[in-house]
This record gives sequence, C-alpha cells and structure tokens, in this order.
Amino acid sequence: MSEIKEIFVNSDKLKTDDYQINMGPQHPSTHGVLRLLIKLEGEIVLDVEPHIGYVHSGIEKMCESLAYNQIGHLTDRMDYLSAMMNNEAVSLCVENALQIEVPDRVKYIRTIMDELMRISSHQLWWSAYGMDMGATTCFFYGLRDRQHILNIFEDTFGARLTLNYNTPGGLMFDIKPDFQKKVKDFVKYFRKKLPEYDQLLTGNIIFQERTKGIGYLSLEDTIYYGVTGPSGRAAGFSCDVRKHHPYSAYPFVKFNEILDTAGDSFARYYCRILEMHESLNIIEQLIDNIPEGDYAVKMKGVVKLPEGQYYQRVETSKGDFGVFIESDGKKTPYRVKFRSPGFSNMFALNKMCKGLKIADLVAIMGALDLVMPDIDR
Amino acid sequence: MGIMYKHNYKENDYPVIAEYEGGSILLTSLDAIANWARSNSPWPLTFGTRCCAMELMAIGEPHYDFARFGFEVARASPRQADMILICGTINYKMAPVLKRLYDQMPDPKYVIAVGSCTISGGPFFYNSYAVVRGADHVIPVDVYVPGCPPRPEALLFGIFQLQKKIMRERNFKKKNIKYTEAKPIVNKK
Amino acid sequence: MTNEELKEYLTGQFPEANVVQGPQFVEMTVSAETLLATAGKLKNAKETSFDYLMNLTGIDYPDCISVVYHLESTRLHQVMVLKVKTANREEPVLDTVTPVWRTAKYHEREVFDLLGVKFNNHTDLRRLFLEDDWGYPLRKDYVDEVRIISR
Repeated sequence: MSEIKEIFVNSDKLKTDDYQINMGPQHPSTHGVLRLLIKLEGEIVLDVEPHIGYVHSGIEKMCESLAYNQIGHLTDRMDYLSAMMNNEAVSLCVENALQIEVPDRVKYIRTIMDELMRISSHQLWWSAYGMDMGATTCFFYGLRDRQHILNIFEDTFGARLTLNYNTPGGLMFDIKPDFQKKVKDFVKYFRKKLPEYDQLLTGNIIFQERTKGIGYLSLEDTIYYGVTGPSGRAAGFSCDVRKHHPYSAYPFVKFNEILDTAGDSFARYYCRILEMHESLNIIEQLIDNIPEGDYAVKMKGVVKLPEGQYYQRVETSKGDFGVFIESDGKKTPYRVKFRSPGFSNMFALNKMCKGLKIADLVAIMGALDLVMPDIDR
Repeated sequence: MGIMYKHNYKENDYPVIAEYEGGSILLTSLDAIANWARSNSPWPLTFGTRCCAMELMAIGEPHYDFARFGFEVARASPRQADMILICGTINYKMAPVLKRLYDQMPDPKYVIAVGSCTISGGPFFYNSYAVVRGADHVIPVDVYVPGCPPRPEALLFGIFQLQKKIMRERNFKKKNIKYTEAKPIVNKK
Repeated sequence: MTNEELKEYLTGQFPEANVVQGPQFVEMTVSAETLLATAGKLKNAKETSFDYLMNLTGIDYPDCISVVYHLESTRLHQVMVLKVKTANREEPVLDTVTPVWRTAKYHEREVFDLLGVKFNNHTDLRRLFLEDDWGYPLRKDYVDEVRIISR
C-alpha cells in the first residue's frame, strides 16, 4: 500500500515506454498503400518511419525489354494524375538524343494539354485534402469541376486517365476541330468557380488553425532533402523547371513562378491554388494561336539511340520528374531510371513531424500530395 | 444462356442442372427479403492501390453518383464492410495484406476485381518480377470488370451484376439439392 | 558558367579525375576512394556550389557496377554529372554521400535493394521495396523461373 502511494507521489519512478502504432497499408488517409510506423508518447509523434514497396511492379526492369516508343504506356501508370507530362518526358528525351526538331503545332498542343492535366491533378488533390480534413463537401465540388476536363480528354484521346498521347516524334493523332471552343468554354467556367474554392477552405478558420505553422521546413533543409514542386516552392526554393530549363512552348509564354517563404502546410496549399490560376493564364495565351502544320515527324520504324547517357526533366504537378536513359545502340535501352518527385518529398516527412500530433501528421501528408505508384514505380 | 429451370430443360440439352428441392413458401419468401436487403446496400471497403482507385473515387462524384444505389457508405474498417472492390495491382508484398483484410470481413462478403491488373496482371504481365498475375490467386472473386481503367459506368454495371448474383442466393434451405447429369447430344436427324 | 568553362575549371581543380563533354552535360568520372572528398568540394566551392542532388542511378556493367549522380546548382543554374565505379561485381562497396546531400540516403537504399551495392557509413542500410531474401532484380544475370513470364 505504501509502495503504491510512493509511486503516485514521486512520479519519476513510473517508467513509460514508447508506444508504436502502425498506420497500415490500407488506410483512407494515406493516399495509397503507404505503411507508417509511428512512435508515440501520448499523442505526440516522436518518430515516423515510412515502409513502401506495396505497389512496386518492376517497371524499370520491364523497360529494358521494350522498344523506345513502347516505354510511354508504362509511364502513364506511374503518376497517373500527370500522365501527359510523364509521356512528354520520355518523348523529349528520345527526341533530344536523336536531335529531331518537332513542329511548333506539336509544342503548343503539348503545353496546353500539360496545363489542363496540371489543373485536373490539383483539383483532385484539393478534393482529397478537404475530405481528409473532414470537409466532405470539397470532394464533390472538386470532382465535379474535374469531370469537364476529363470529358475534353475523352473526346480528344479516347481515354480519361491513362492517355499515352505523346510519342517520340510528336503526337499520336491530331486534335478535333471543336477542341479550341471546348477549352475556351472550360476556362471561362472554371474562372468563376475558383473563388468558391477559396470560400470553402482557404478562408475557413478551422482549416487555417490546422495548417498554419504545421510541418515547417526551412529553405536549406528543403534543398538538402531535395523537396521540389509546390511543396518546395512554399519554402522559397526556386525549382520550377519550366522557368529555368524551358521545353516545348514554355519559352513563348509569360507566367509567374509562385514562391512563398512560410514553408508550412498552408503555404504549400496556397501555392497550388495560385498555380491553378497561372495555368489558366497560360492556356489563354496559347489556345488562340495554335499554328497549322503536321502533328508528328516521320520516324523510322525501329528507333535506335546513339550510345551514351541522356537525362530529361519535366515539371509535373508534384515536382521535378526526370528520365534517365542509357543506350548502347540497340533496339531496347540498356537502363532506364525514373526520378520521381514523390520519392524525395516523402522522406522529408520525419523531419517535419517531430513534436506534433497525429492529426497534424494527416494534414502534412495531404499538403505534400503523395501518390504511391509514383514512389514505388 | 441464363439460368435453366426444370420446365425449360429439353432432353438433348447439355449442362448439369441443380434443382433445389422444394422450399416452402415461407422460407423462399424469407430468402427473397434477405437477398433484396443485402443486394441493395453492399457497403464497400476503401481499398485502392493504383489508377483504378481514381475510378472508384469517380463513381462517388455528382456525375456518376453511387448514392442512388445504396452503397455510398464506404467503410474504412474491414470488420464493417460487405464487399471489397480491388482496384489496382496486387504484388507479392501486398498479397498477404489483402488475404488478411478478406479474412477479417464478416460473412456474407463479396469481391469485385476491377481493372485488368487484378484480372490477369494487366500491362505488367510480361517481364515483371513482382506482380501477382490476377487477384484470384489470392482470394475468390465474384465479378470481374475489365478495362484499364474501366469507365465509371462499367464499374457501376459490374456492381449491378453483383446485385443480380446476390438475388439468386439461397440461404435458408440448402439441403436436398439434386444434381442431374445431362445426357449427351444425340443427333435425331 | 558554360559547359566549356565548367570543364576547364573541373580539370584544373581535380587533376586525377576524367572530365569529358557528354551529349548534354559535362561528365566527370572519379575513383571510389576520392568520392566523398570530391562531393564535399563540389558543394562548398563558390564557383560551382552544387547543392541539389537531382538523381542517383545504379547501372550494372559486365565487370563493375557504376553509380551516376546528377547535380544542379540552385544559385548558378548549371548541371553536371558525376560518375563512379566499384572495383568488382561480387562485392561492390562505395562511400555514402549522405552527409553532403541528405536526399541520397533513400536513393542509396534503393540501389542497395535492387543492385546489391553496399555503402560505407550509411546509418540505415536496409531493403526498401523487396523482401530480405529476394535476389537483386536489376542485375543483368537475374533469373527467376517462377515469377517472371518472359517474352
């Protein structure tokens, strides 16, 4: 009896252990199959360790037995929300290696499709983020607007999600005559709907309390950990590939790079909202001036690259996507590697989450915009 | 072909016929009510691995609303779910997890395999070292929905086929099933 | 700096390295022992300041395994390639560059997982995607009768 009393009076005799829980592969908030081992003390997070590999399919090994214009259909399945830009990265890499110049029409169409894909990816991210925070209305608003873009894609390419439209040498087929009208209608419609997104989430006091100051990462840490995309630009890291190493029709357009200095989850969120505005501006500058011409350059049946190593970067909606091809002069590549932005973004999670609660962990992961097949390949 | 009952079985037809012997009017009505209730509210488990998960989210949006059919209550825990929609590639590391989720679901449970990756491995059939070629190597599947990814309307059609399958079940009287072997086809001309 | 100026600067600073102009960028091959020192100098020098590691790739050749680093400078916006080779294929060992670029920690785990290269002084060298008793799939002589259906 007296021992029990002693324990309650001198509480430093009470030993506590860390408690480790498993946020398993099947979970509604982890955006795919990610397994997190979280060490907790009460509800404060001490350490987060991600375990990945639950959707690893061996794409890089498969590419070593495919021809160069067959690699494109596998890149669609990696980061399925920016399938257009993944295809474009492989096509540009092969075209630069063979030193082929594509017609201007191809460049304009590629850029317009890229920006439409970027808007649709950010819409889906916004819907899922609102739903994770508990605001289920955002799910319906975001996906309702996204459906208009998917209708445009279906009329042009025949598919909603896995497009496979860019090939080395140009495009698979030409756009339809009513494409320009549909895109202009969509731009007018969406400009009226974007302020609704601000009314629903951005100005909401509960949302701001849950995301401001949470998940801070300084500028040196952002570069040290290699975090790119809107998550990196929220800390001031100027990493937009469209500005520093432009490709396709980006040299012909004027747009701003969205930078912020706060480095927390709310800054990452707001950078993406402003990027949607910038994408609409880019589309408006290009849609009326598509030049006439061919939609592809005539390529040989069997494509063989000269020997050497080639690297091409593209700005997807998640960050800096890179394709590395090593060729030894044969029909199939010797080694293909895909540098995915989600891989580097996700492993900075441990640094951002120390000392916060589990609910904040969900807020941080949502703001980073992770897609698991991109990380696992 | 549809289901063959005893009255439309001709003598030279080929397949095996299963006749449920009787069943009183009370038990068959109870069956009908139970099947009607189960087929109109199968609650899915949120399980999405790859691109087909986007089509799972798309049937929830206002254009292809799935709340009209009774299964918008997507449960996160397998202990509370009725059916599992497998959307996405299953690989060797994920297969034990899928089996464990299936084991945790209470009866009656149904499985729909969405997309070509779960039917046969899909685009990863050749030369991949880590993909299970088809989810039916791991758990038994009721309905297969082909496509890469299937359109949301195709996914809804697959769920309707599952509803029809549920309506055919017999839960209350399973004894005394008579199987008659069909006779070989004889050319009477 | 343009590619020619960068090539001259690197030839001056690292006389025992092999600097060539590749199809797109300047490529520098160093030996495995001087890797960490070279990486530190490339990051800290004012003329180069390569502080962002874009990509880390492992490639399997018939006689060795090579690792390729793509580096970018965020201040001067220039890109270069750093290459290093292991001594042999049976026991490939390299130094880790995690103290210089932290993002290399997980890329090196991936190279260990898929190709079998061990990195010295790595704090957490475990497999990333596959289980512990799997082979090394990205090697050219990887044979798996059960799992691969080849065409």
